[in-house]
Amino acid sequence: MSETMETDGYACRVVDLKKEYVLKSETVRALRGVTFDIPVGDYVAIMGPSGSGKSTLLNVLGCLDQPTSGSLWLGNDDAAKMSDDELADIRSQRIGFVFQAYNLIQQLTVVENIQVPLFYQGRPLSPEQRKRCHDLAKMVGLGDRLDHRPTQLSGGQQQRVAIARSLVNDPYFILADEPTGNLDSRTTEEILQLFERLNNEGRTIILVTHEDEVSKRAKRVVRLKDGRLQWDKINSQEVRDEAARYALENMPVEV
Amino acid sequence: MGLWLGTIQLGVKSLWLHPMRSILTVLGIFIGVASVIWLLAISKGIGDEAQRQIESLGADTIMIRTVKPPSEKMSSQGLTPYGLTREEYDMLVATIPTVRSAIPIREMRRQFQFKNRKLDGRLVGCTPEYAEVTKLELTSGHFITDAENFARDCHCVLSAKVAEKLFPYEDPVGQRIYMPENQDFYLVVGVLKPKGATAAIGGSMAAQDFSNDVYIPIRTLQQRIGDTIMTMRSGSREGEIIELNQITLRCRDVTEVKKTAELVGAALDSHSKMEDIAVVVPLELLEQARTTRAMFMLFMGMIAAISLLVGGIGIMNIMLATVTERTREIGIRRALGAKRRDIIRQFLVETSVLSLTGGITGILFGLLCGPAVTMARTLANTWFEKQMMDLPEVVRTVQPSIVPESIPGAFFISLVVGLVFGIYPATRAAKMNPIEALRHE
Ligand SMILES: Nc1ncnc2c1ncn2[C@@H]1O[C@H](COP(=O)(O)OP(=O)(O)O)[C@@H](O)[C@H]1O
Ligand SMILES: [Mg+2]
Repeated sequence: MSETMETDGYACRVVDLKKEYVLKSETVRALRGVTFDIPVGDYVAIMGPSGSGKSTLLNVLGCLDQPTSGSLWLGNDDAAKMSDDELADIRSQRIGFVFQAYNLIQQLTVVENIQVPLFYQGRPLSPEQRKRCHDLAKMVGLGDRLDHRPTQLSGGQQQRVAIARSLVNDPYFILADEPTGNLDSRTTEEILQLFERLNNEGRTIILVTHEDEVSKRAKRVVRLKDGRLQWDKINSQEVRDEAARYALENMPVEV
Repeated sequence: MGLWLGTIQLGVKSLWLHPMRSILTVLGIFIGVASVIWLLAISKGIGDEAQRQIESLGADTIMIRTVKPPSEKMSSQGLTPYGLTREEYDMLVATIPTVRSAIPIREMRRQFQFKNRKLDGRLVGCTPEYAEVTKLELTSGHFITDAENFARDCHCVLSAKVAEKLFPYEDPVGQRIYMPENQDFYLVVGVLKPKGATAAIGGSMAAQDFSNDVYIPIRTLQQRIGDTIMTMRSGSREGEIIELNQITLRCRDVTEVKKTAELVGAALDSHSKMEDIAVVVPLELLEQARTTRAMFMLFMGMIAAISLLVGGIGIMNIMLATVTERTREIGIRRALGAKRRDIIRQFLVETSVLSLTGGITGILFGLLCGPAVTMARTLANTWFEKQMMDLPEVVRTVQPSIVPESIPGAFFISLVVGLVFGIYPATRAAKMNPIEALRHE
């Protein structure tokens, strides 16, 4: 295993990643050696049956969990060798999370929720950072709801706040674990369009999904099975356009 | 700094999500802190009052009292003379060099009359120094003089209450009061200001309230009344033969009080058989009272500390519930970059906000102790006048005096309580696995 690796042009590189959970009765091998690269600007959908290791992989990519072995190259650092605090720093500075359950903090307003990752960078917010939070809220279409609480927003709106939050620290990539799982098809479409726009602007997006319609909108689909990469394929532009058109045509009529 | 400010803002916001719960938690600390201040203030007030009463006896004095000996020491027939004698008085004055002045005192119950007004009170035969030592002050006229004592004049000085009862309309000075028991008239030459009671001291000395006193020169008393007093009680005659009820010695200096007391004890050793005198040293009492007060305050402080502890446990209880309830939030924060110590800080700040809010409001309420007690007493006096009269003197008169150290002390303690009882919930929050925390419903 090489000590350093060429990382220019990559959002991250995953090398022979293994993750084992040692339980009393058995050892669960959730990831059994996964290797793949994600170039900057990629849009990857991770698919696979339940229990195949999608969430485990996403947690390792998001520096929430450490692999048992293997490397995760972010920039010039191997996240697999970092301490708890260093991982926290990476999360606050270079990773964007979007969850299925939105996971906004209830007592905070829209802007404040967007600011949370900056808060943990350990410096008081600069005026530019404050402005950036406002701009992000506007970008996701919530410029007029800056002071609303999560409970005053619809699911789609909450997920848009979460996306704005994931962008606030200019991340290596946005990790989204079934981001549309709780949303109806209309809002799902909204979110997917937002992802597409962000991807067109150069953002790297990695999302876990089990819906074919969602995965077809990504540039690339990675399929896991039993903790291994089953296949990794590129969606042609036709496939993506077709999926987008199909989604628009089958949109339920607004009432 | 900005980090802390942000954390504090966040803490207040989170606490405000459950206003009722937070207020009740704060109440626990509030009561603890307020009771620390109140209990200390009240016990200090009581202690101060006791000390004031003892001090009013004079820290530089020694009192030698005649006490009635146990009945088996008295002869069965006739009257046995007992107690201090004039000879002993002269001996003490002549032989103990550290004594600055000495006052012989003879007291007895007497009835005083003016016109048809009567009053039972205490007749005190004494010398002029008595006024100074017992801190008597005059409203009009003068206290007994050496000349009057020497000449055995039938002159008297009235306490404020006697003057008021016997002379509700007239100016007492220049009038004559009558004492029926010895069929004598006494010319009033002075009237005293009202005076608070002195301390009651063990069995040897009852609390003196000075309120029904009439003072005459001791030489006049010796000549007019003598040492033997006969009283009729339930049909049989009773009597006593006493030369002096008390000798009050005043030392040249407070530092010489103990030595003088020893000398006095040795000089009057002959009385030890009879057990007919008692030596009272206010300075010793003062020291005792100080220890008692310190113990009392310690005890009260402990009670208050326990209530603070209960308040602290309340905080811990709430914070543990909060941590469980906010597991998801902790997971989110960790995912977004919070380190363990950020989580610890957040929860510690929240408990500190709770405990300091309780602490500060408790201190403010504690400062109201004095006015509050006065007001409560005024109300109680108007509504339950009878019951109030039956209460002990201290309850009716105590004035709380806030112990200055208790203010920063209470503040500090509430802060410590917040931190101590916050640490466990906070570390529990920080120890949580972020992935599991995120999955938490
Ligand atoms: N904390 C854990 N302890 C033990 N086993 C785990 C844990 N997390 C996941 N696993 C196991 O690892 C495997 C992969 O899980 P996961 O990554 O959640 O799959 P997916 O998200 O694809 O459904 C599963 O067999 C699961 O039971
Ligand atoms: Mg999963």
